[in-house]
Amino acid sequence: MSAAPLDVARVQADFPILKRQVHGQRLVYLDSASSSQKPTAVLEAMDHLYRESYANVHRGVYAIAEEATAAYEGARARVASFLGVPSPSELVFTRNVTEAINLVAQSWGHANLHEGDVVVLTDLEHHANIVPWHILAAERGIELRWVPLTEDYRLDVSHLDALLDGAKLFAFSAASNVLGTLNDVALLADAAHAAGALALVDAAQFAPHRRLDVTEWGADFVGVTGHKMLGPTAIGALWARPELLDTMPPFLGGGEMIRDVSRDGFTPNEVPWKFEAGTMPIAEAVGLGAAVDYLEALGMDAVATHETDLTAYALRALEDRFGDRLAIYGPRTTERRGATISFLFEGIHAHDISQVVDEHGVCVRAGHHCAKPLMRVLGVPATTRASFYVYNDESDVDALVEALAAAERFFAI
Amino acid sequence: MAGLEDLYREIILDHYRAPRNRGELPVPPAHQVEGYNPLCGDEIVLYLDIDDGVVRDVRTGGQGCSISQASTSMMSAAVKGLRIEEARQLIRTFKALMSIHESKLEGETDGEDGATLDGVRLGDLEALQGVVKFPVRIKCATLAWNTLEQGLDEAGQPQPA
Ligand SMILES: Cc1ncc(COP(=O)(O)O)c(C=O)c1O
Repeated sequence: MSAAPLDVARVQADFPILKRQVHGQRLVYLDSASSSQKPTAVLEAMDHLYRESYANVHRGVYAIAEEATAAYEGARARVASFLGVPSPSELVFTRNVTEAINLVAQSWGHANLHEGDVVVLTDLEHHANIVPWHILAAERGIELRWVPLTEDYRLDVSHLDALLDGAKLFAFSAASNVLGTLNDVALLADAAHAAGALALVDAAQFAPHRRLDVTEWGADFVGVTGHKMLGPTAIGALWARPELLDTMPPFLGGGEMIRDVSRDGFTPNEVPWKFEAGTMPIAEAVGLGAAVDYLEALGMDAVATHETDLTAYALRALEDRFGDRLAIYGPRTTERRGATISFLFEGIHAHDISQVVDEHGVCVRAGHHCAKPLMRVLGVPATTRASFYVYNDESDVDALVEALAAAERFFAI
Repeated sequence: MAGLEDLYREIILDHYRAPRNRGELPVPPAHQVEGYNPLCGDEIVLYLDIDDGVVRDVRTGGQGCSISQASTSMMSAAVKGLRIEEARQLIRTFKALMSIHESKLEGETDGEDGATLDGVRLGDLEALQGVVKFPVRIKCATLAWNTLEQGLDEAGQPQPA
């Protein structure tokens, strides 16, 4: 690894929101797994487009329309390159990863899944990778199977071949938004292919934190969401193998996605535009392009090292301070683990914890994290979740630990 | 700005730490009803012993945050012994409390009679008024009351005229 270590102080200076205070305290933002903050570079890229080059894309022949189109397609090329996508034409912009997965379910799913067909999911999926398949199950009578978890919060792959037997699709996340677990995507994709199934990867919690190369993973569909990776809201992306994109029917119908329309019907546009119906979030795409440039400049290896170090520090600090009173739901070491830590205090509800730590300027999430099947497996109604990113440092962990200690005192029986 | 002490008044923490009327009643004759807050996973179970138009006894179970637990405890203490119509009136009053600003409360907080709303004496319940300043927690406070309302409906008790 050649990358220089992350200079966190410099990174922090790039995020204007980190300068503000809440409840008279320094803002300690530990909810990046929900949505990340935005660096100045992203804000400026969007602002610049609106001030200097804004017009609709792919329509006008005038100068600023050409500039806007170049900015939008340039963003596609940068995001594609960031994800290891061989050609920008293989990358479809969506609103978010939820839409990316729904696109696959509605387009590929409708064309390929029939009554009795099997889709395999895992017990650690976000609702975004569950409900689209429930909808198809209700509509088409497909069968859903679930890969269970091991005691140490990893996917239990010991019966994977049996679960995948006869399956058409294996849809799983690369990283859990609750447990922090990083899955072995290449292994899971290989297992899917060995069973004759396609592999869909929800990379929402992976792309912001680790170098991602879709060709190394060898999956068939990969979805990401911009707002978790320093980009704006309402922009995400779906990569799919070009031969799949070519044969998949359109998802939404409207402008831009057509080549020709008559009273009798329509001919779809080429990929990726076939899947980009209506006016797209142009400035947001440009913002996401700036976000991946920013991450690229930091170096994803440096990002990963920083987060792993910080996770190790946080796991140790929580354990040292609270011992058995605090239960951590997720791997206890940094091996194949991201910087998302879910926990519960004995006898104190997750909401009460997050309410009290908010008073200390510390933003953590409490709830089911849109992963209710996982919550049922864990046997808890909710957890408190702290998640770290490029702009967090050890002082943020210390602030969390102090705020948690205050919360524990507050609710002491 | 709303501070923690607005939300977690001492009396709320007291009900949370030492919930009143925890337990079960034999079903039947008691009526059992469950309430669920899908947003945060709070769940409560109420056992209502309703006889001759009077809520003779209430027992509660379930789990949740301090606000939902304290509200459940306070509700159980407040409705025990009330006539159905009085319980329904109290439900309406409590829901009104969860949607108004403090200034609309009539009467001194620590006066002899305590604060009233629409002529209904609030007693301990007034302590939950601070929840209004934390909008996401209002659902926690109203869970017990919505569940009580459902229980009264299900128990087939007539609506007040
Ligand atoms: C693993 C995972 N998948 C999907 C989503 C949904 O992301 P979005 O709401 O941006 O579509 C999230 C985040 O909420 C997530 O963590």
